Amino acid sequence: MSHPVSDPPRLSVSAAGGRPRQPLAVRFPGFARRLPWLVLASLALFPLLAPALGLEYYVGFVRRLLIVAIAASSLNFILGYGGMAALGHAGFIGVGAYAVVALVEAGFSSAWLAWGAALAVAGVFAALIGAVSLRTRGVYFIMITLAFAQMLYYLAVSLRTYGGDDGYGLYTPLRLGAWLDGAHPDVFYWVVLAIAALVFAGFSRVAHSRYGHALRGIRDNETRMVALGYPVYRLKLAGFVAAGAVAGLAGGLLASHNAFVSPSMMHWTQSALLLVMVMLGGLGRRWGAPLGVALWLTLEEVLKMHTDYWHWPLGMLLLLVVFHAPQGLAALFERRGGQEGVR
Amino acid sequence: MDAIFVFEQLLNGLGYGLMLFLIAAGLTLVFGIMDTMNLAHGSLYMVGAYVAARVHEASGMFALAVLAAVCVTVAVAALLEVLVVRRLYRRDHLVQVLATFGIILIADDAVKAIWGVAPLMATTPAALAGPVQLVDGLPYPSYRLLLIGAGLLVALGLYLLVNRTRIGMLVRAGASNRQMAEFMGVRVGGVFAFVFALGAALAALAGALMAPISSVQIGMGEAILIPALVVIVIGGIGSIRGAFVAALLVGLVDTAGRAFLPPALRAVLPPSVAADLGPALAGIAMYVLMAAVLTLKPAGLFPARA
Repeated sequence: MSHPVSDPPRLSVSAAGGRPRQPLAVRFPGFARRLPWLVLASLALFPLLAPALGLEYYVGFVRRLLIVAIAASSLNFILGYGGMAALGHAGFIGVGAYAVVALVEAGFSSAWLAWGAALAVAGVFAALIGAVSLRTRGVYFIMITLAFAQMLYYLAVSLRTYGGDDGYGLYTPLRLGAWLDGAHPDVFYWVVLAIAALVFAGFSRVAHSRYGHALRGIRDNETRMVALGYPVYRLKLAGFVAAGAVAGLAGGLLASHNAFVSPSMMHWTQSALLLVMVMLGGLGRRWGAPLGVALWLTLEEVLKMHTDYWHWPLGMLLLLVVFHAPQGLAALFERRGGQEGVR
Repeated sequence: MDAIFVFEQLLNGLGYGLMLFLIAAGLTLVFGIMDTMNLAHGSLYMVGAYVAARVHEASGMFALAVLAAVCVTVAVAALLEVLVVRRLYRRDHLVQVLATFGIILIADDAVKAIWGVAPLMATTPAALAGPVQLVDGLPYPSYRLLLIGAGLLVALGLYLLVNRTRIGMLVRAGASNRQMAEFMGVRVGGVFAFVFALGAALAALAGALMAPISSVQIGMGEAILIPALVVIVIGGIGSIRGAFVAALLVGLVDTAGRAFLPPALRAVLPPSVAADLGPALAGIAMYVLMAAVLTLKPAGLFPARA
């Protein structure tokens, strides 16, 4: 005799399988701890192994991926940990790139000087823009950061000395310093990798520092943080400036990578793409930004090779993530309940 | 720069502003009532423009083209609402941005697959091809006059619909306080489906009317989306009246900036500087307007929520 039971409502995946399916980080703790070093090592070895694997072309691709990941990490820092939904991050990338152009035009050729300037100038712009924008919140913050980025875009279009709409070609590569230049054709790749690793480690560390916890407190309940006596506005501005400066550094590196700078780098769709990549990976998760960037750019590259219609699969991917992995992809790998991927 | 030129530019600004209003009206209502950020609204505008351009080319009847554009776009929007947007109502703004950005990507490829990559050349209807002598010395394209007339008519119709009908009352109730409206027995879901379809129809109308005087191409939706967002932020999110005033303001400021700033700068600055600065300032004008309004009135000119 069978019970007149209707189908039970569909339970979540973890409960349906009898034994809860543990995320990777829990099942293999040692692996998870060593993962950053494994990733770093394989990335460092990639240019040496690429010729043997017939992947030389992709050394440049991975370099671009690393640079975009630097920018995305900075956005993840203010958006994921600070709750600041900035839709103008590409503006800072552009400021950094044009800072490099300005120095090259003035006759300087040191890469470190140029990238340092990109970092500093973007930081100054972020301080000015953040000081105004952070007085608004919600949708108005999204819109006002967008507005400032659009202003920078039109400013770049009007700079005819630097090519205006047509852009500016950096014909001679910047010099890295006495012994680095010419040591190996891929030396720029390792420099980018080192900077990316530093940025990634730096943001991870700050996110779990006292300051990072305060920032998350502001994200979750700003009123309470004000009541507790935190200088909320100053803390948010500090994060915004740091993120803007790092985005500017990424812009400077991108200028060297492309050997070309144009206003289209700071078009609003670029800011939107950066946001999309961060959310795809997982907001406020340590691996969110690099994972999102790697997946998005790789898919783009692969799809472009096979079809002219490479936009819609990416669009479907976004819908899939929104409805089936709302915490982003990094959440699938991390310890459940560890909202911020704290270890 | 004489009075005739100024008058002509003001009319152009009015026309552009009214078209912006058609797009912003749907956007502001969807945002105001269901708190849903729909970036794909520009894609509906694009679909309207493409359908109108092709139907007009095939049939030669402009009215039929506009009608077809509205019907097809509303059907697409209904499908979109049922499949995706309906599930986004209660989600975070950023999630809505992510999902509707995905829809933009899909829509752009769908349009490319159906109508090709090359921009379509949409023609003005033959009857309206010539200019009209408005006042002595100002021949004005009659098609642009139709644009202004249609825009004003729709704005009036929308005003009556929102302020004088029962469904309009429900829309206003939803916009000013959704929860309270729900407690009072309003089926907000149904109202929203209606508003979404209405917004799509207006966006399609704008697309169909703008097709002959702009280029019908992939990406046109993303290009118009930003000014439309600026309009709803200036006007106050959720307010039709605010969207109307802000759309006219943005239309006039943008057109006037492009027409008057470069010559004005040439008068006071060296020509090389003026040539660089003019277009930049004209492009920026709209955003400066928004920043100024938000500084004085952080919730826009006509906040819908008290």
